[in-house]
Amino acid sequence: MKEQFVKTEELSFSYQAENENEAIPAVKNLSVEFSSGEYVAILGHNGSGKSTFAKLLNLILEPVSGRLFVDGKERTAELSEGELLDLRRTVGMVFQNPDNQLVATIVEEDVAFGPENLGYPREELRKRVDDALATVGMTEYASYEPHRLSGGQKQRVAIAGVLAMTPRCIIFDESTAMLDPSGRREVLSTIRRLNREEGITIINITHYMNEAAEADRILVMNDGELLFEGTPDEVFSRRDELLAVGLEVPQSAELVFRLREAGIDLPTEALSTPEKCAACIADAYFAKRKGGAVDG
Amino acid sequence: MDKLRLENVTYRYDVGTAFEQTALDDVTLSIEEGKITGIIGHTGSGKSTMMKLLNGLDHPAEGKVYLDGVDLNADKKELLSSSSLFEKYQNLSKSARKKAILSEYADFKKNLCFRVGLVMQYPEYQLFEETVEKDISFGPKNMGLSEEEIKKRVREAAMLTGVSEDLFEKSPFDLSGGQKRRVALAGVMAMKPEVLVLDEPAAGLDPRGRNNIFSSIVDYRNQTGSTVIIVSHSMEDMAKYCDRVVVMNHARVAMEGDRKEVFAHVGELSSMGLDIPEITRLAELLRERGLPLTDAIYTVEEATSALLSVFGKGGADR
Amino acid sequence: MKGFTLGQYYPGNSFIHRLDPRAKIILGILAIVCTFLCKTLFSFILLFALTLILAILSRIPLKILLRSLRPVLFILLFTSLVNIFMTKGENLLFEYWIFHVYEEGLWNALFMIVRITSLIVMTGIFLTYTTTPIALTDGLEQLLSPLKKLHIPVHDFAMMITIALRFIPTLAEETERIMNAQRARGVNFSSGGLFKRVRSLIPILIPLFVSAFNRAFDLANAMECRCYHGGEGRTRLNVLHYKAADFIAMILLLGIGIGLFFANRFTFGGMIR
Repeated sequence: MKEQFVKTEELSFSYQAENENEAIPAVKNLSVEFSSGEYVAILGHNGSGKSTFAKLLNLILEPVSGRLFVDGKERTAELSEGELLDLRRTVGMVFQNPDNQLVATIVEEDVAFGPENLGYPREELRKRVDDALATVGMTEYASYEPHRLSGGQKQRVAIAGVLAMTPRCIIFDESTAMLDPSGRREVLSTIRRLNREEGITIINITHYMNEAAEADRILVMNDGELLFEGTPDEVFSRRDELLAVGLEVPQSAELVFRLREAGIDLPTEALSTPEKCAACIADAYFAKRKGGAVDG
Repeated sequence: MDKLRLENVTYRYDVGTAFEQTALDDVTLSIEEGKITGIIGHTGSGKSTMMKLLNGLDHPAEGKVYLDGVDLNADKKELLSSSSLFEKYQNLSKSARKKAILSEYADFKKNLCFRVGLVMQYPEYQLFEETVEKDISFGPKNMGLSEEEIKKRVREAAMLTGVSEDLFEKSPFDLSGGQKRRVALAGVMAMKPEVLVLDEPAAGLDPRGRNNIFSSIVDYRNQTGSTVIIVSHSMEDMAKYCDRVVVMNHARVAMEGDRKEVFAHVGELSSMGLDIPEITRLAELLRERGLPLTDAIYTVEEATSALLSVFGKGGADR
Repeated sequence: MKGFTLGQYYPGNSFIHRLDPRAKIILGILAIVCTFLCKTLFSFILLFALTLILAILSRIPLKILLRSLRPVLFILLFTSLVNIFMTKGENLLFEYWIFHVYEEGLWNALFMIVRITSLIVMTGIFLTYTTTPIALTDGLEQLLSPLKKLHIPVHDFAMMITIALRFIPTLAEETERIMNAQRARGVNFSSGGLFKRVRSLIPILIPLFVSAFNRAFDLANAMECRCYHGGEGRTRLNVLHYKAADFIAMILLLGIGIGLFFANRFTFGGMIR
């Protein structure tokens, strides 16, 4: 078992309604654990509380109740400034809109923004910026103005800005939702590399099923609660439950379910990738043919 | 029949600066009436520029855009000598003809944005009125319709997009993201455009929101018989909802035709940086494993029926 | 819109482009002082020559430099006329009805034109044309940093300007998008009376404000996540460093200023009154 990195106990949060005194719950009694180096996806429809949960993890929002442990230490709203900065350095965040998270007018200065705030000396800043830009493959754009970059490039700069703080975990809050397919590929392959090569814990909040399929584990959220969790194979085998909360399964898995409904006996244990689905369908086909049931 | 037609259209951005680029390069294209046409291409392939030319928001540097055969950017000289309007008023005296042609063309230009409705990317950013109802009425009001007609259209558009009437008195800013998107779409549909042009209508929405938006677009077409143009880079959605597909690449039309014809060239499409639908990849994998799938497959429905017949169940269940 | 450039910055790599922004701010101020030191024809000739030399050194096309005079054209014309007709002197050149034109008036008008033109062109060369807005902001922040001791929030102001500069292109793009969306709903921005035109801005301004607030909210979140906690304890990646050239340039211009002051002793031609 890997070392535990984040743990929440009964974490809850409510937004204050504007006119009335009632509170609108966004996250309800969430107890989850992430281990170090894990790649987790959080699925949920818009408004399921998944973004709120992400903001609780680095105390951008203060939980109403419950406890949060990061890297073995309990983090509460009464942290000292130093501890709070340490938490935010350790758990970095990349948001949805690439335009709204770049601060500086030049790429390398934006990447330097986090480390600058942490007060590293100049030589260290230089090294961190150069390393971070190299990791996301944006070195040649170091002196560009952000508004001349594509969406995918902007998000890679945002990732570099987080990387330059040498975090142990990065939360991606629907970071690919506003990108085109090539931008999405760029960002996803960067995420994969950070997880595999740098050993960074990844929490990817998304509503793209095929993105979630890349994770080690998927948490499915609905109405602020954890609905269920499991490996992609396990989660995508519960297609009807996903449909009921406004989600779906990837196209390949959907096909297997429809064939099953039409009376073809197919197993649904391993449907997280097209390859697995193809294997499942092909096996059934050849088994049937051997039995002589398929004509022509 | 061609509803819209682009002839040798060229368009350039930032002319005269270091950032000059050609967004459309000698594009000739016809959009069939009553069909849903998908325009696919990666970012910067010129597809978003094209939509601004279709309702006169912008005009091409070279070439012509026609709606029902009328040039959107005709100059006066052309109008008075060789246009379709000229033929219409041929019998009038010269001065009467001039007057008739110019006033009809002015009307045409004025009504253009109501006839070709544009839904921009992330249209929820255009909401501004105090209530949802007022916001949906904004377009129809600008058309100068009667109160009664406006009310009727707002109801219809709200029904089509699934905006419940309970929301009518709410502020559009208090709605969820998906609801805002639907209100914005209703705002354009309430103008009942003959051509509805949408840029990435489902961008950023969750699966349910996506399906809702697309089915209301299809419903709109079915109810009004309008022409629909969807600009997108999602081949999955295009395969699901479009009758015809136009593929843009490097500011030119790379492919054009019925979706079957276009999606048959899967290899070329992926070389243009487009994402092949996952189901098409799955079909490919199955073929590699020796399953006898003959037709090109690009929707889950097609895959299901193709495989059912492969499994020998085709007739029994469908 | 990708070609959006802010201000008048003219990209280049001339001697002046490479100077430290702080030095350029000081040079700009010195240049302004220089223009006001001139009093006689001789010193104005020198001032004009200085402006020309700087223009050549900056390698900015003359056409672009002259463009910066466009906004002050009216002021130039007006002060010239006032000087020509209102200056009383000894040497009457021309008289008609209530208008009296003296030789001194002509000199004054000429001097004012040279003074204003040099002032604008020289500050343009030192500041707006050769320095990016962001470098200017950095320069100002560091020049004014001693004021931090007096609890004047220099860093916060600089951060505000930086963010504003960063978001101007984004909001410009957004404005265009919203305008297009509303035009597609039948708003006409270019016709109708004043009242109608102002009213047609509402559908632009409200969405723009809403989106700007959302962006501000997002950005505040993102900055907090990246450990922003004000200017305290903050280091900088790109710290400005004076080079020898900066000191030489400043000393040179200071010397020229002193030279201009003494050049006023040569009193041939006219002098300012």
